[in-house]
Amino acid sequence: MSRIIEGLLYSESHEWVKVEGDLAIIGVSDFAQAEMGDITYVDLPSEGDEVQAGEEFGALESVKASSELYCPVSGTVEAVNEDLESAPEKVNEDAYAAWIIKVRMSDPAELEALMDAAAYEQAIK
Amino acid sequence: MRYYDKLIFELSRPGRSAFSLPSEAGSFKPTSGSIWRETPLDLPEVSEPDVVRHYTNLSQMNFGVDTGFYPLGSCTMKYNPKINEEIVSQFNGIHPLQPASTTEGVKAVYDFMDKALAEITGMKHFTFLPCAGAHGELTGLMLIREYHMSRGDSARTKIIVPDSAHGTNPASAAVCGLDVVVVKSRPDGLVDVEDLKPLLGPDIAGIMMTNPNTLGLFERDIKEIAELVHGCGGLLYYDGANMNPLLGVVRPGDMGFDVMHLNLHKTFSTPHGGGGPGSGPVGVSERLVHLLDKPRVSGFHGNFGVILRACAYILSLGRENIKLAGRLSTLAANYIKESLKDSFKLPIESVCKHEFVFDGLREAGEVTTLDVAKRLLDYGFHAPTIYFPLLFHQALMIEPTETESLQTLDEFIDVMHTIAKEASATPDLLKTAPHNTPIGRPDETTAARQPVLKYSRQ
Amino acid sequence: MGTFAYFPHTEEDIRVMLERVGVASMDELYADVPAEFIHKGEYDLPSAKSEDEVRAWFESLSSKNIKLKVFAGGGAYDHYTPSVIPYITSRSEFLTAYTPYQCEISQGTLRYIFEWQTMICNLTGLDVANASMYDGPTAAAEAMRMCVACTRKRKTVVASSALLPNVLATLRTYARYSGINLVETWDVTEAVAEGTLDLAGVIVPSINRFGIIENHTGLAGLVHEMGGLLVEYCDPSALAVVKTPAEWGADIAVGDGQSLGIPLCYGGPYVGFMACRNEWMRKLPGRIVGQTADASGRRAFVLTLQAREQHIRREKATSNICSNESLMALWCTVYLSIMGPEGMRRLNGLCYELSHYLHDQLLATGKFTDPFEGRPFLKEFALQPQCDTARLQQVLLDAGFFGALGTEEGYVTFCATERRTREEIDALVKVVKEAEL
Repeated sequence: MSRIIEGLLYSESHEWVKVEGDLAIIGVSDFAQAEMGDITYVDLPSEGDEVQAGEEFGALESVKASSELYCPVSGTVEAVNEDLESAPEKVNEDAYAAWIIKVRMSDPAELEALMDAAAYEQAIK
Repeated sequence: MRYYDKLIFELSRPGRSAFSLPSEAGSFKPTSGSIWRETPLDLPEVSEPDVVRHYTNLSQMNFGVDTGFYPLGSCTMKYNPKINEEIVSQFNGIHPLQPASTTEGVKAVYDFMDKALAEITGMKHFTFLPCAGAHGELTGLMLIREYHMSRGDSARTKIIVPDSAHGTNPASAAVCGLDVVVVKSRPDGLVDVEDLKPLLGPDIAGIMMTNPNTLGLFERDIKEIAELVHGCGGLLYYDGANMNPLLGVVRPGDMGFDVMHLNLHKTFSTPHGGGGPGSGPVGVSERLVHLLDKPRVSGFHGNFGVILRACAYILSLGRENIKLAGRLSTLAANYIKESLKDSFKLPIESVCKHEFVFDGLREAGEVTTLDVAKRLLDYGFHAPTIYFPLLFHQALMIEPTETESLQTLDEFIDVMHTIAKEASATPDLLKTAPHNTPIGRPDETTAARQPVLKYSRQ
Repeated sequence: MGTFAYFPHTEEDIRVMLERVGVASMDELYADVPAEFIHKGEYDLPSAKSEDEVRAWFESLSSKNIKLKVFAGGGAYDHYTPSVIPYITSRSEFLTAYTPYQCEISQGTLRYIFEWQTMICNLTGLDVANASMYDGPTAAAEAMRMCVACTRKRKTVVASSALLPNVLATLRTYARYSGINLVETWDVTEAVAEGTLDLAGVIVPSINRFGIIENHTGLAGLVHEMGGLLVEYCDPSALAVVKTPAEWGADIAVGDGQSLGIPLCYGGPYVGFMACRNEWMRKLPGRIVGQTADASGRRAFVLTLQAREQHIRREKATSNICSNESLMALWCTVYLSIMGPEGMRRLNGLCYELSHYLHDQLLATGKFTDPFEGRPFLKEFALQPQCDTARLQQVLLDAGFFGALGTEEGYVTFCATERRTREEIDALVKVVKEAEL
């Protein structure tokens, strides 16, 4: 049974979003990391990159698979978690602690399209 | 096989050498700086016997077609005849830019191959520039784009690819600047014609088909598919990776394909060399012939040495035996399938062509397809292709080819049954396999997380 | 049945197999194929030949080729092949293996690829190399695509007009279909310095198509300042003595391994190589072998970083390449082991001396001028003939020499490797001197 955290928002492509004002902190769900298995690499964007809701911003890689990361919101990448470059296993260890990027949102209304914890739990059943 | 743990660099001793050059050599001493190399060149310093022994030892940790049965699906690991190797050296000294007046023999080989492959496939002419199957795909797609562009039909930027396609198909399309549109397979494993219809339109450049497809099933609706795709103005691309069962039986050109590639290193018996060189000649129908030379996709004339080997193969088989190659490969695949389907899950009950796919063991328990594959190595067989196609979670794709004897097929079948029994009785034996190989299962996760990609002196 | 060497089936075997499958004939296995597609009648092919007949067929054709003393380069160089190499590469265990997907029974292949990667890194000075590409020109095309991938949305790649013609032609082909804006120019520095391009990368030859060793001082800094990557197209044999891509500050090095002892063989199979700085490792196309260990701690080698590749990433892969030129990479790896650092220095020394001797002797005939006087070259050079080029080429051919390759500027290029002797050079020069040109 994969963990789901109350208070976060979730996308259909298994990213989570923690909202702090107009800043969206984004990672992948515990379900997603478990599906991937041992993550060997996290392909990160650069700070300052413009991202669009629904567009790719990076990817997770395991030995035999790769999975694109889709940005749940539009805006500017304000920070990337550089720890993941040398320690991608942190996503496996705690997917909710291992945030991937922080995005300064240009349109916070996009958050309304995301699921809450209960809805996400249904979605991955 | 015996574990041998050396790298050529570790045999190096300063001052040793193995080269043989005229003694007159070199008062030339490049001045340092400017355009000359400054970093010392780190290469092994070894004797000739060191080199021979090292690589002989390395070779003995390898499994090849000459070692044993290699039922690797979609790879057509048939026997590589030795006469094919012998004739190549006759052509070694010819420079690729020599004028035509000095290379008439070479030209005759290309002409023969063009004619022979056209006859075998029903295409009009071939280009021999592509060096491998994926390279052929790319070249073929370039020709499709060129065809549309030459007609001012520039909106055709999408290519349809079945969900069961080889990974190279969508990748080649992307390199060629085409957007991939996926058409689904039906439960019977064939392209879903109803799913295809709404995809067709003025933006479709064509469709890439593998027939028989990667499940080893003949796309029996090919005639309707060809009519539909041609009807919308698109072209049909034939992925020749699975040509072997049709060799001497069915010609892609007759099925309506406009462009195709062949893998000479699969269907035409040239050795795979641990991953190449291959050769991926591309054939086209009449209406694309004028464009055939347009994409310059490699340096000179393609992999001539590989083309020579394939030529020798066609000459050896001749028209009598070429008709048997495909049929015998299909018979062998069906024989294995029928013999093993009580132990392994056969997701689609149907006559297959040269290969077929099991979806793991019937009684798997904790045992995965990977475990079965690794256990096969202990019994002296190469593993089938695993986890492809992606349609089944425990895919195990078996292709025996026409050059394996009934005894070999029976030995393989017996071993597969034994493994199925072991899966229930002693699953740990499988989960920890292989046990009789030079190394056990390696830690691939660490290899990818902390890549060590070259040798560094300690 | 049972009378053809590669098909082991007796009539009885076929009967047993048909019975198990539950069909009456092999043709019945094709019942799902529409009847109109089953090929009827005979294929228009020769009938089966015996080994001796096959041998004779090729002998009769190869005798129609004229063997020449090669004094030409143009991307394919007549270097000697140590006898050890074909002996090793024809070993069945290497020759008849597939791609090393089952690493436990492919350590031989995986180890030599690891050695090859190391040697390519050492030759180029760069950090990471892949398992091989098809040839030099396609490796250059992949490098062009890699520049675009590494700089994300940038689309312009500048290529020096001094690259080999077949490299430029391949670049043009790949650029045409993948939406890359390829700019060819004689003055790379000027094109880049203008700063008006959305520059993804720059491709320059280490040794250009006139044989000149180029000086790229300051180029890498400029390219990086403009946000692009620098690619050097190199002759790997020459890298033993000329400045390395790393020393010039390049990000990527590509080239053709043919000069590492691979026979000319009318253009292939050769092998492309590709190396880059660590920073770009995840964008490097093709297979890569890495070192790890098995459960008992034994050193082991595996295909790694596979998530970049087509069989996993499909249309999002860094490249569509699957099969490469593995056996030819083995060829070069054995070659470099045989040659060692001293052999490579000696070989380049011989090339330098013989080609300069040829150059000076040809000029002395008075039938050429030197359009690049004073520019450094290693084994290949360009001259301006003071006579009809076609006539010159024919005179050489008639005497058994292949040289004086024409360029689009009207120059001719010559090449002398360590396989040529002073006597051969004297003979060629004599032909040129005495001919009515």
